Amino acid sequence: MSRIESIISELSSISNNPKKAMEDYKKETGKGSVGVMPYYAPEEIIHAAGFLPVGIWGGQKSISKARAYLPPFACSIMQSVMEMQLEGVYDDLEAVLFPVPCDTLKCLSQKWKGTSPVIVFTHPQNRKLEAANKFLAEEYRLVREKLEKILSVQISDEALNNSIEIYNENRKVMREFTDIAANYPNIIDPIKRHAIIKARFFMEKSKHTAMVKELNSELIALPVEAFTGKKVVLTGIMAEPNEVLDILKDNGFAVVADDLAQESRLFRNDVPSGTDPLYRLAKWWQEFDGCSLAVDTKKSRGPMLMDMVKVYKADAVVVCMMKFCDPEEFDYPIYYRQFEEAGIKSLFIEIDLETTSFEQTKTRVQSFSEML
Amino acid sequence: MTDTTNMMAKELLGFYQEELYEEARRAKKEGKLVCWSASVAPSELCVTMDIAMIYPETHAAGIGARKGALDMLEVADEKGYNLDTCSYARVNLGYMELLKEEALTGKTPEKLEKTPAARIPLPDLLITCNNICNTLLKWYENLAVELNIPLIIIDVPFNHTMPIPQYAKDYIAEQFKDAITQLEEICGKKFDYDKFLKVQEQTQRSVAQWNRVASLSSHKPSPLNCFDLFNYMALIVCARSKDYAEITFKKFADELEENLKNGIYAFKGSEQKRVTWEGIAVWPHLGHTFKGLKNLGNIMTGSAYPGLWNLSYTPGDMSSMAEAYTRIYINTCLDNKVKVLSDIISGGKCDGVVYHQNRSCKLMSFLNVETADMLQKENGLPYVSFDGDQTDPRNFAPAQFDTRVQALDEMMKQKEGVSNE
Ligand code: SF4
Ligand code: SF4
Repeated sequence: MSRIESIISELSSISNNPKKAMEDYKKETGKGSVGVMPYYAPEEIIHAAGFLPVGIWGGQKSISKARAYLPPFACSIMQSVMEMQLEGVYDDLEAVLFPVPCDTLKCLSQKWKGTSPVIVFTHPQNRKLEAANKFLAEEYRLVREKLEKILSVQISDEALNNSIEIYNENRKVMREFTDIAANYPNIIDPIKRHAIIKARFFMEKSKHTAMVKELNSELIALPVEAFTGKKVVLTGIMAEPNEVLDILKDNGFAVVADDLAQESRLFRNDVPSGTDPLYRLAKWWQEFDGCSLAVDTKKSRGPMLMDMVKVYKADAVVVCMMKFCDPEEFDYPIYYRQFEEAGIKSLFIEIDLETTSFEQTKTRVQSFSEML
Repeated sequence: MTDTTNMMAKELLGFYQEELYEEARRAKKEGKLVCWSASVAPSELCVTMDIAMIYPETHAAGIGARKGALDMLEVADEKGYNLDTCSYARVNLGYMELLKEEALTGKTPEKLEKTPAARIPLPDLLITCNNICNTLLKWYENLAVELNIPLIIIDVPFNHTMPIPQYAKDYIAEQFKDAITQLEEICGKKFDYDKFLKVQEQTQRSVAQWNRVASLSSHKPSPLNCFDLFNYMALIVCARSKDYAEITFKKFADELEENLKNGIYAFKGSEQKRVTWEGIAVWPHLGHTFKGLKNLGNIMTGSAYPGLWNLSYTPGDMSSMAEAYTRIYINTCLDNKVKVLSDIISGGKCDGVVYHQNRSCKLMSFLNVETADMLQKENGLPYVSFDGDQTDPRNFAPAQFDTRVQALDEMMKQKEGVSNE
C-alpha cells in the first residue's frame, strides 16, 4: 500500500468508527470526550481542557423511537440525532456543547434524551456589531466555566490560545488539502475526500493536521491528473450518506470545492489573532459569512458560490438540501435566481439520512451529467 | 375625520385596521417611508420616526382567513420556496413578488388583483426581530435582497438560562442604539428622544389595556372567549405604539366588564369546559376550530400566544425595553415556557389543553410533547394535539381536529369535579 493509500485508509476508518477513536483517546490520555452539536461551537475550549471534542452529525438510520418526540417535518439530521440519543449512542460523552442557530436546534437543546449534561449557548445574529462580539465572548465564558466544572479542570487563557493556534493550523492545512484534492480527483474521489475531512471530528486536531499535511505533500509530488469528468462545488449542510457521493463518483463528478456546514465552512476562516482567546473565538463568528445560519443582510452566499465556481473552474453547483432544513430552504430561492441570471448550472438533491433508496438521486444526477 | 366616540370595540377594530393600511398607502403615495415589520419587533423606533408600518404576519393571516392564501403560496412555490417553510413567510414573499412585478411592469398581476386582503405598498425599509423565531431573520434577509432595501435587525438571543443575564440586555440595548443611527440615516433626520419617550409611554398604555382584556377570561363563566383575542391581536401587533390600540382595547375591556356585571357571558347558554389553546390560530379554518369547540359546549379561556405582546417595561429605560422584547416565553428555556403556560392554564381556570402541532412553525411545535408532558405531571389536566398550519389551508384536516377535541371533551368530562380552580 502506498503512503497515500495508507493515510487515506486510516482516516477513513477513524471517520467510520468514532467510538473506537474515543476509546483510543481515553487509553492514550486517560481523558474522555465531549460532544459538539452542529454548528460552529468553540471546540477549542474542549481541546484546551485536554478532552476530545467529538462532532455529532447523526448518521444513516431508520427512525422509530424519535417519532414519539419529533413530528415528521423535523430535519433529517436531527431526526437521526434524536434517534441516537434515545439509543444511548452519546451517553459516553462527558458533556455536549449545544449551539442554537436555528429554530429546530433551539427546541432540541431543551430536550436532550441522553444522559450527558448539555451546555447550551446562543450565537448572536446581529453579527457585524461590536456588541455581538462582547455578547458571544460572555456566552463562551459561561461555556468555559460550565466545562471546567463538569470536567473538573482549569482552562487557562494560555492553553486556550494554544489550542486556537492548533486549530488554525488544522484549518490552513485543510484549505490546502481541498485545493490540492481538486487536482487529483482520481485519487481523492468524493468519498475519500469526505472521509479525510470528516476524520477531523474524531481526532485530536494536531494529529489530524500532521496526517493531512503528509498526505498533501505526497499528493503534490505526483503529476497533476488529467480529468475528463465534470467538476462540481457542493453546498448545503452535508453530503451524506456515502451513497450520495458514490452516485456522484459513478457519474464522473469530482468535488473541487465545497460550502458544506460539515466541511469547508468550518475551516474557511481562521480564528483571528488577539490576546483574549474568548474574544478571538467570538470574532471568528463575526467574520464568518456565506452560511444560512449566520445572518447576512447582504446574502453573500450566492456571489460567494459563483466565485467558487469561477476559481475552481467548476461545471456546476450541487445543492445538497437537507430534508426539512428551513434555514437552507430559505437561502435556496435567492442563490438559485442568482445562478440562473449568471448562467450557472445547479443540481438540487435531497439529503435524507433515513432513506435507503437512492434511485431518484441517481436519475437526477445521471440526467444532469448528460446535460452538462 | 371619522368620529369614533360611539363605536363599539368591534367597529373600532375594523376601523383602525383599515386606517393603518390606508395610512401606509397614503404614505407611499406622498413619497414617505413605509416599513415592513416582524410582529414583535420594537415598533417604538419607527413610529417615533413617523414611518408608516405594515406587519406582514398579520397581513398574511388576513389573506389566510379570507381564503386567499393558496394563490400567494403558489407564487412562492414557483420562486423555489419549499413547502416546508413557514406559510406566513411564503404568503408574504409571494405577495411581495406580485407587488414587485406590478412596480416593474405597471400591470397588476391577476393574483394580486383578486387577492381578498387589504392592498399594501412595497416597503422602503424593513425591521425584524427573532424573539418569536429565527425564521423571521431568514425571511427578512430575503425581502431585503429581493427589494434591495435596508434591513434593521434586532437580535434577541435565545434565553437558554433564566433569568435573562444583563449582558444579553446590554447587547439588545446596543442594537436599539444602532437601529436609531440607521433610522437617522435612512430618514435623513435626527431621532427625537422626547417623542420616543411618549411613544414608549403610549405603548405601555396599549399593553396595559391589552392585558386588561386578556385577564377577563379568568372569570367563570367568562365574558371573553379567547378566540376573540386572535382577532383583536391585529391591533396589539400593528398599533401598540399608537393610541388606536389603547382606545380599542379599553373599549373592549369596558364592554366585557359591563357584560360581566349584567351576567352576559361569552358562551351563549352555559359554558361546559374551559380550554387553553397553545399555538397560533388556524386562520383559514378559524370558524371550524371555533365551532368545533363551541359545539361541545367548550370555551377557550387560556391562550399564551396573545401574551407575546405583554411588553411591559419602564419607558426611558433601554435595558428594561430590551428585557420586555426578549423574555417572550417561546424565546426562553423549556422550564420557563412551561411555567408561563402553567400560569395561563390556571389563570383561565382551564380543564384541558389543545396543542396546535403547526406544520409551518417548527419553533412552536417541536417542544409540544415535552411541554404537554411536564404540564400534565404538574396539573393532571388532559390534553390533545392536532395537526394544522396557520395559513396553509392544505395542512389542516377538519375531521382530525373534531375527533381530537371530542376526545379532549370526553376526558375533561370524565374528570368532572376536579377542574382546575
Ligand atoms: S440548520 Fe437545518 S439541518 Fe441543521 S438543525 Fe437546523 S434545521 Fe436541521
Ligand atoms: S409562524 Fe412560526 S415560523 Fe412563522 S413567523 Fe410565526 S413564529 Fe416564525
